[in-house]
Amino acid sequence: MGGLQKKKYESGSATNYISRNKARKKLSLSLADFRRLCILKGIYPHEPKHKKKVNKGSTAQRTFYLLKDIRFLMHEPIVGKFREYKIFVRKLRKAYGKAEWGTAEKLRGNKPGYKLDHIIKERYPTFIDALRDVDDALSMCFLFSTFPRTGKCHVQTIELCRRLSVEWMNYIITLRSLRKVFLSIKGIYYQAEVLGQIITWLVPYQFAHDHPTDVDYRVMATFTELYTTLLGFINFRLYQTLNLVYPPKLDGKGEEESRAESEEDYAMDSERYMEKLSALSASLVRVVSTAEAEEAELDHFPAEGEDGEKLAERLKARQDQDRQEKLFEGLKFFLNREVPRESLAFVLRCFGAQVSWDKSLCIGSTYDVTDETITHHVVDRPSLEKQYINRYYVQPQWVYDCVNARMLLPVEDYFVGVTLPPHLSPFVEEKEGDYVPPEKLKLLALQKGERPEQEEEEEEEDNDDSEEEEDEDQSDDEDELKGMEEKQALGKASSVKVTPGEAKPVNRQRAEQEAKAEEKRLAVMMMKKRDKYLYDKIMFGKKRSVREANKMSAKRKALDEASKANKKKKLKK
Amino acid sequence: RRPNHDSTDECPKRKPKKKQNVSADGENQEEKVTSGSDSGLRVSSQVDEYEQDTSDEEDIRNTVGNIPMEWYKDYPHIGYDLDGKKIFKPIRNKDELDEFLDKMENPDYWRTIHDKMTGTDVCLSDEQVDLVHRLQQGKFGDVNFNEYEPAIDFFSNEVMIHPVTNRPADKRSFIPSLIEKEKVGKLVHAIKMGWIKPRRPKETAPQYYDLWAKEDPNAILGRHKMHIPAPKMRLPGHEESYNPPPEYLLTDEERQVWEQQDPDERKLSFLPQKYLSLRAVPAFSRFIQERFERCLDLYLCPRQRKMRVNVNPEDLIPKLPRPRDLQPFPTLQSLVYHGHSSLIRSISISPSGQWLVSGSDDCTVRFWEVCTTRCLKTMEVGGPVKSVAWNPAPSISLVAVSYGENVILVNPGLGDRLICSATDQLISSYEEPEEVKDQQVQWAVPEGKAQEQGQRLILTHPKAVKQVSWHGRGDYLACVMPDDGSSLQVVIHQVSRRRTQNPFHRNKGAVQCVSFHPSRPYFLVATQRYVRVYNLIKQELTKKLMANCKWISSMAVHPGGDNVICGSYDCRLAWFDLDLSTKPYKVLRHHKKALRGVAYHKHYPLFASGSDDGTVIVCHGMVYNVTACFCFSSLALSHISFYSVREWCVSIFSPQLFGLIDVYIANHIYSNLGCIVTITLPTLSSSQVRKASSSFALTLHCPKL
Repeated sequence: MGGLQKKKYESGSATNYISRNKARKKLSLSLADFRRLCILKGIYPHEPKHKKKVNKGSTAQRTFYLLKDIRFLMHEPIVGKFREYKIFVRKLRKAYGKAEWGTAEKLRGNKPGYKLDHIIKERYPTFIDALRDVDDALSMCFLFSTFPRTGKCHVQTIELCRRLSVEWMNYIITLRSLRKVFLSIKGIYYQAEVLGQIITWLVPYQFAHDHPTDVDYRVMATFTELYTTLLGFINFRLYQTLNLVYPPKLDGKGEEESRAESEEDYAMDSERYMEKLSALSASLVRVVSTAEAEEAELDHFPAEGEDGEKLAERLKARQDQDRQEKLFEGLKFFLNREVPRESLAFVLRCFGAQVSWDKSLCIGSTYDVTDETITHHVVDRPSLEKQYINRYYVQPQWVYDCVNARMLLPVEDYFVGVTLPPHLSPFVEEKEGDYVPPEKLKLLALQKGERPEQEEEEEEEDNDDSEEEEDEDQSDDEDELKGMEEKQALGKASSVKVTPGEAKPVNRQRAEQEAKAEEKRLAVMMMKKRDKYLYDKIMFGKKRSVREANKMSAKRKALDEASKANKKKKLKK
Repeated sequence: RRPNHDSTDECPKRKPKKKQNVSADGENQEEKVTSGSDSGLRVSSQVDEYEQDTSDEEDIRNTVGNIPMEWYKDYPHIGYDLDGKKIFKPIRNKDELDEFLDKMENPDYWRTIHDKMTGTDVCLSDEQVDLVHRLQQGKFGDVNFNEYEPAIDFFSNEVMIHPVTNRPADKRSFIPSLIEKEKVGKLVHAIKMGWIKPRRPKETAPQYYDLWAKEDPNAILGRHKMHIPAPKMRLPGHEESYNPPPEYLLTDEERQVWEQQDPDERKLSFLPQKYLSLRAVPAFSRFIQERFERCLDLYLCPRQRKMRVNVNPEDLIPKLPRPRDLQPFPTLQSLVYHGHSSLIRSISISPSGQWLVSGSDDCTVRFWEVCTTRCLKTMEVGGPVKSVAWNPAPSISLVAVSYGENVILVNPGLGDRLICSATDQLISSYEEPEEVKDQQVQWAVPEGKAQEQGQRLILTHPKAVKQVSWHGRGDYLACVMPDDGSSLQVVIHQVSRRRTQNPFHRNKGAVQCVSFHPSRPYFLVATQRYVRVYNLIKQELTKKLMANCKWISSMAVHPGGDNVICGSYDCRLAWFDLDLSTKPYKVLRHHKKALRGVAYHKHYPLFASGSDDGTVIVCHGMVYNVTACFCFSSLALSHISFYSVREWCVSIFSPQLFGLIDVYIANHIYSNLGCIVTITLPTLSSSQVRKASSSFALTLHCPKL
């Protein structure tokens, strides 16, 4: 036998991976620095296919990184910055220890910093890549912008986050690309479509946070550092694509108007501009002010390999979208002071409405309550003393439901003091066999243009009943048979007697179905072991989902019945 | 000058140094003294500075310096005085005794010390002794010194009217400093020249620009091939709404379950809530935690690409020929034989196909007519019947019945009378051989009632017989007496010569069942795990079939002789092709519980298996594929067999618990028969009745047989 003897764990997957501790030692970084580097560079552990092989025969729990990733980290200039920073901290500590205030001051003046521009460019080679990953960045920035200015993290970070999130909202308003909004118990989910990318972000409700103790804010801060850089560059680029001035500037008109009012009460000079921006009531300045001209109809050409139908479909989708974008066009809203102003202003402005609020509530209000042209007044209180006749008083959910339904829903269900219909998630797309709440069905019917009426519903219910009856019929059949048997057994005398048998009506369809089911059962029995396992698993999952859907519908039915009974009782009383 | 200077070589280098040091010190001191600023001191030094100097180093009586005085041990002098004259040692004539006496007598001895430098004894005065004591106690030498004097705060907070020093201010405090002026001038010059620049304010606001101005869509790093993008956040469902449909809210029980569950096990990470209006919605308390967990997931969670199987389950089902195309096979239950009062153990069909024999635990053997289900004969035997077998030779009418340790051969007397009488004659024509061999099995001819009933021979075995099996020609009968330890497990009887032989001399495991090969002189013996095929002529082992199962329960040989199926207690059915291999050609796991019986059809490629799960599965087995055709359930099965005599009738007999034998008949015979007679019995389940009944059924009500 020739050749060298092959040794174990010297090639293959064992050499492709490296454990975290080894990687850390290789980079000669502390654990905290390594963590920071991994966050910034987007390096994450990999789960090897054969863990035992990679772990050199041991089965101990270990985190593995790709060796290539770690080698890649070695050339990162930021590692050097980390070391500089470490030295800086040491020097500063020493200076403080020796009470050399001058030295400390000088050192602090020369605090080493680093930029993440190159990392952003490297992680996201194209702009679309960056947009695809912006979900988390947005959620994080919106969260940080609600933090208090004391403790937890630097004030600059919070201000930057606020600035970036306001810029983002202004961009979405200008582009009118908001698609879905969802009021959840966690916060408000927004979904927008930017350059063909679906972007979803979560904004907490405007409350003070109960800061938890089991959260490492340093990790969050590192992420925020990265995300603010990313979002800043994205904002810049997005503003550029819309010919908007960056950093954003308010439109001339709006600015003059707002200047006319006495706004010194609201904010300091330095902060006023930001406040006005975040009021979201004025439009932004464009570099080239030919925005209206650009709105001209676009010519549509079929893409390669696309037939007429597809083109028509695309056109239709496009039209739908256009219609949605102009959902609130021409409507004038006034926000009462108890509704979430920022969220509503953002949503309404995204769909072309005019919004205002009380002057004392926030900067940037454009008209007063007394304005006669107001069409909708958003109120969230049980009753209102002074009401104007020529406007609708609706609860805020109406706005969100309209956006999700892509149409103006009837306002009657959302009047002040009315029990609201359930607020459904627009993100759920029910597949076949899933449970669909009846409200969703109603909504779908509405979207198709059908007018829902009480009678129809009742009919549906009747249908349901008849189906059940059919089921019962079958069981009845069996019962009858059993009864017959019993009768036979009892009434049978010892003598032989022949009676003409009754010709049983054969249900052809049913027999056929049964035969098919039997055939299938036998075929399933004949499956290979491997296929059988998979098949069983799939069927198990299907059955479970069906069971869940059934459970939900049963629950709903019971609840509806209970509520009906309650209503009747009330009526009787 | 110094006596040791010449005598020792080691010291000279050191000594001069020391000397120099000492002298240098001395000079320093002098300098210090002279340069002292106090004028008062200067005055005193002018008098005689050495007079009261008690410094050890500057002992002016002897000028040798700080050296070990042993060096002068051998000389008469002890050093030199200031003038350089020898100081002679005082004459000491004190020896040890004198010393001692002195110690005893002299009261001042304790305060007398020896001065090495001068070699004299010095008696310390009281003051000196006192001083020594004080120093030893760590006190100050001066008695009058008070170490705990009240501290006077010189630089106190009180502003004094007089300056601390009366010294007038310096001139330099009035005149601008020249050095400073020079320095400032230099700085001003440097600023003017642009060498020094003011410190730039730090840029705190990040600068943004078009980062992707020159993007290359094809520039994807090599490392990105392995890149797995982080999955996006899960989008919320209806249950997360602040005002969800009521069915999404948890009931009290569900809520309790949710609260008791481990946070990791929960299906929902939050409790769905319903608020009547938007203003009532509070802040979500776990918001920051969830965001933090997402952060942790992003950088700590190992990522792995997992292929999700996206299969339509219908595609997994094998495409088999439709059972309808594989007909005939039994599909309908049409006949039930009622009569036994206990579990039926075994059934067998006569070679003519007209009769059926069944043996049961109620110690009876019953003979039935197949078509009419009429019980023609009931024979009581002395124990629960284990096995019955109809002689396969068409010219002999003989049935072997085993119960307990006995096997009886019965002539049922049914069918052709000629055949019956020929059979009787065949048995009675036996002549005893001259030399009687001692046999393990005793052959006896029954008499009296038993003879009338049709019993012709009684074979008494040493052990309980479990199974009987006839050879195809009808002369040989094999009996199985399972016993793990003994070599006598299988015996083969020859009926015509009333001879018994034990074919195996060695025990090869507990025998489960045996069977004769239908066409060749082979004998198949199934033990727990293997089926052994013996050649009876050559008397050797031909083949050993590995059944791949734990415990074989039953075995059937195809009438063609090439195929064998084995049922096992571990739910498997192994199908062997004897030409192919000793390993199973196919192993089928259709049943959920142990198999009890297997059977082959004589003409059609059908085989059936009955199992403890209460089902009989009929399979259509061709070489290229096996298709299960039909499956029906019954209560409990012990033994099944195919009825395969008449062409038009393919049926399977499956004896059930409580003495019923169900017969399932092929579907297509309707057309031949025109009508089906079903006997419905109260014990049958309604589903079976429905299966049996058809549109043109005639119901026959008959009494219990």
